[in-house]
Amino acid sequence: MNAAPRDIHAQLSAVIRVFPGAGNQPPVDALGPIDLDLRKGEFFAVVGPSGCGKSTFLEVLAGLQRPTAGTVTFEGKPVNGEVAEGIGVVFQEDASFPWLTVWDNAAFGLRRSGVAEAEIRRRVDDAIAFMGLKDFARAYPSQLSGGMRQRVCIARTLVLQPRLILLDEPFGALDAQTRLLMGDEVLRLWRSTGATVLLITHALDEAAMLADRVGAMSARPGRFIEIIDTGWPRERDSKIVAEPAFGEITGRLWDRLRGESLKALGHAGMTAAG
Amino acid sequence: MTRVGLIRLAVIVAMIGALELACQTGLIRHQTIIAPSEMATSLYALLASGAINADIERTLGIIVVVIAVSIVLGFALGLVIHALPRLREALDPLFATYYAVPIFIFYPVLIAIFGLSPIPIVLIGVATAVVAMIIATLNGLDRVPRVLTKVARVHRLDAVTTAMTLQLPAAAPYLFTGVKLSVSYGFIAVIAAEFILSPAGLGRDIADAYSDFNNRRMYALILFLLIIATVVNTVLHMLDVRWAKRRSGGRT
Repeated sequence: MNAAPRDIHAQLSAVIRVFPGAGNQPPVDALGPIDLDLRKGEFFAVVGPSGCGKSTFLEVLAGLQRPTAGTVTFEGKPVNGEVAEGIGVVFQEDASFPWLTVWDNAAFGLRRSGVAEAEIRRRVDDAIAFMGLKDFARAYPSQLSGGMRQRVCIARTLVLQPRLILLDEPFGALDAQTRLLMGDEVLRLWRSTGATVLLITHALDEAAMLADRVGAMSARPGRFIEIIDTGWPRERDSKIVAEPAFGEITGRLWDRLRGESLKALGHAGMTAAG
Repeated sequence: MTRVGLIRLAVIVAMIGALELACQTGLIRHQTIIAPSEMATSLYALLASGAINADIERTLGIIVVVIAVSIVLGFALGLVIHALPRLREALDPLFATYYAVPIFIFYPVLIAIFGLSPIPIVLIGVATAVVAMIIATLNGLDRVPRVLTKVARVHRLDAVTTAMTLQLPAAAPYLFTGVKLSVSYGFIAVIAAEFILSPAGLGRDIADAYSDFNNRRMYALILFLLIIATVVNTVLHMLDVRWAKRRSGGRT
């Protein structure tokens, strides 16, 4: 987990997130303590049982939520409840804007950051072509499939040239085959941009296929119970699902997470038996 | 024109035809309703003479002011109330029962305060229309997906830019419902207020024609208002359909 300071892109130290209880309810310990060094240019995936705090972890790292305790830094600067320049986030929900065309969706962020029109045109055209949406540039999101709408959101993030891309279960609503193909596109994007990518997913196979390292999270409050190095080469695609090592990684992840998943379901008693 | 549109047009034409026939054959007395063709020729003569130009200008001017104030004020108040949950909780029962109260009972009070000027008419019009816009704004903002707020924060947008570039367009279909209701309520309130008590305007003109048993003038003015209201509502409906089509990718 430890990397040389110059290789560290983002860092979480003793991060805890507690949600205050509603009404007379007790506070909810959602996350932590979490310690993690994200290395520059790596692909890191987080898996864990439902409700373990994966999305909270991403939002704390992004600056969308403040940690209750601990520190978060991005490129050496503290992240504290505000999204820093250089961080891009793609959400699980469809966040495309139905009133804008695909092209205008992708250009949204650039138009609000004072970038020259010619540069906007160049970057948006590139991003749309990269995401395979060139023929749909003038279409509205409602004319696209769920996978294509998610690609629009990725294109909107991509044009801002983020150095840290956070993906919060972006393929959660897609079918298995589309997810594999989208995974290939994310790998292609990761290689070509050189950005650090953090992917939150509930799919063990997706994490095992895409990431350099996979963090397995415990049931709530979410902590990393193991971080597995996949050892994949940088040049890879979804064909690695046929490799024996893929099955080993997925099996190891499930071995670590089965008990946690049962705990999350409220079947703690079954853990020992299982 | 669609098949449904054709049927709708045929129904209207048939009803007008039936009324024309009933009036021409004496089934309906001339003192009660005049034939639609007579209404049209009377209206043409009135418009050509320029006799009602001042009234048209006054009434439509007041309606435009009422609608504009109601939409802008209703949207602004809706934004503020939406941002203050406790205030909203306190006001919700009032909004729910607002249209159960006959707002027109306050019209004499307004006349007593402001005199026989357009101000009481504007105030009663805004009081009638603005709450529809507030309710529509609250409904619209409730339905803005929460993820858009996160997207705004990721793009580091300030509150005003978030409201104008994300919340407003996301809530637009609901806001447009508020706009349509405000237009309808604005028309009804202004004409009714003029009809009850006003020194001028189309509503006053209709009331005078009614008192004078001048059916030709009264029905011509009613026809004029019907045409204006129909045209305005048709334009709003067409815009609504066009935007809905765009959002649904051509599937309405």
